Amino acid sequence: MYPLKEEMIIHDKAMDLINNEIDVDSILQISNLNVYAGDHHILKNVNLKIPKNKVTVLLGPSGCGKTTLLKSMNRLTDIYKELVVTGHIYIDNDDILNTSKNVSSIRQKMGLLGQRPYPLPMSIYKNVAYGIKLKGVRDKKLIDYNVEKHLKEVGLWDEVKDRLHDTPDSLSIGQQQRLCLARGLAVKPRMILADEPTSALDPISSKIIENLFKDLKQHYTIVLVTHVLRQAVRLADNVVFMYNGEIVEQGAPDKLFKNPQTSTLKAYMVDGN
Amino acid sequence: MNRRKIIEERVFRILSAIATYSLVATLAFIIILIFVKGFNALSWDMVVKTPKGGYYYGGEGGVLNAIVGSLYISIGAILIAALIGIPAALYINVHLARYKRTQNAIRYILDALWGVPSIVYGAFGFALMLFLGMNASLLAGIITVALLILPIVVRTFDEVLCTIPKGLHEATLALGSTRAEMAFKIIFKQGFPGLITALLLAFGRGIGDAASVLFTAGYTDLIPTNLDEPAATLPLAIFFQLSSPIPEVRERAFAAAAILTIIILIISLIARFLSKMYSKTNLK
Repeated sequence: MYPLKEEMIIHDKAMDLINNEIDVDSILQISNLNVYAGDHHILKNVNLKIPKNKVTVLLGPSGCGKTTLLKSMNRLTDIYKELVVTGHIYIDNDDILNTSKNVSSIRQKMGLLGQRPYPLPMSIYKNVAYGIKLKGVRDKKLIDYNVEKHLKEVGLWDEVKDRLHDTPDSLSIGQQQRLCLARGLAVKPRMILADEPTSALDPISSKIIENLFKDLKQHYTIVLVTHVLRQAVRLADNVVFMYNGEIVEQGAPDKLFKNPQTSTLKAYMVDGN
Repeated sequence: MNRRKIIEERVFRILSAIATYSLVATLAFIIILIFVKGFNALSWDMVVKTPKGGYYYGGEGGVLNAIVGSLYISIGAILIAALIGIPAALYINVHLARYKRTQNAIRYILDALWGVPSIVYGAFGFALMLFLGMNASLLAGIITVALLILPIVVRTFDEVLCTIPKGLHEATLALGSTRAEMAFKIIFKQGFPGLITALLLAFGRGIGDAASVLFTAGYTDLIPTNLDEPAATLPLAIFFQLSSPIPEVRERAFAAAAILTIIILIISLIARFLSKMYSKTNLK
């Protein structure tokens, strides 16, 4: 038994090396990622590189595993007992699925934006300051400076500067979503993970968020989950089309959508428009 | 809309209204009865004096001993129950979130404990007291009542924590919080109004229960000055006076019940006010 197991480990390591060849253009590499929920195989052998300072769109129908893939990236899969995750996800040459480093510091490399905003139960100011304080910053002036900076970054400062100590409940849902984005940016992440961030918003608020993403990609790498084809066309530098737990096709949007290689993507493009 | 639907709508509306108002009327009737029957005996002396000689035969004095004893016991019990119950409920919801089976087992046991009659807690407290070589005392009463109300605190708070969306858990963790930070800084705060409800419910049960303190706290005409002295309680004061053959003493029982009701009303008003103050910034 043992030699076989050892051989497999060596093989695995060799595969990892191949998959993980030093790649300056990508910030996050996923290799052989499998996620199971009981008998259900949610993600099937996913291999993917997320290019730096680009918008990567995970596109596909509901239930195809795109949200699970996104949540694997910052190990939010941990909080769901039923999920079993195997494989490797590298960021900064650190395999976050098999690391001894603390998960919080890994998660702080990525800001999360959910399907609908979940402001923390505290004032607008404290929402943004929360993550800064978690990082150990105690200097009031520095916190003030950063709160202002990140609220400006999402274009919310002028709207809230006179009511920083009010509850986020007084904001519209679109403003709340931008507050959540500012809160995520305040942790100084390198990536933004966005899970259908506009699905609960009206068209105007959605547009604001989309435009923000276009600006933010200069400084951050963005991974956006969506099932809206047009949003993918508008925002993506790189589209990853998923179906049934697998990556079916990926590439630049103009190339991919002009000349889809598979019938699944063709069908999705017909139904999606 | 056709005729049948209109009638159906009216009938159900009337039936639900009857259910609601008859319930309110019954409760109001109980409270009015207590106040009417106790009105003659209700005096400032009742509240500020302890029983003098021959009080239970209609002599001078009041039930200050029972008021103070009841407040000591229920406040002490609430403090212990909160100290144990809050971390327990947070643990069930945050750390055990991945272990559904353990979660359910714990909830099932707590629900069962909630249903155990208070006389059984009294008996358990008594047995524990003997085992530890204690006498009937304030401390024994506090411990027994704390045990009685702990399942109420944990399960009521827990039910509220259950309704906090998973998205808030995810958002908090994604910012880099540890589970403990999430539990105590975010989930606790979001669930705070629920905690107040839990503590109020438990307080009402604790201060109003007679069976659990009967053997454990004992009864005395004095105000306890020490944890190992016995303590009187309002429910027992009501019980002893109500079983008297003298009408004036029975009247005093109703007056004592009125005092108990007023205490509960005052405390719940204060608690609701505090809860509102503290949860201003919570998600709706």
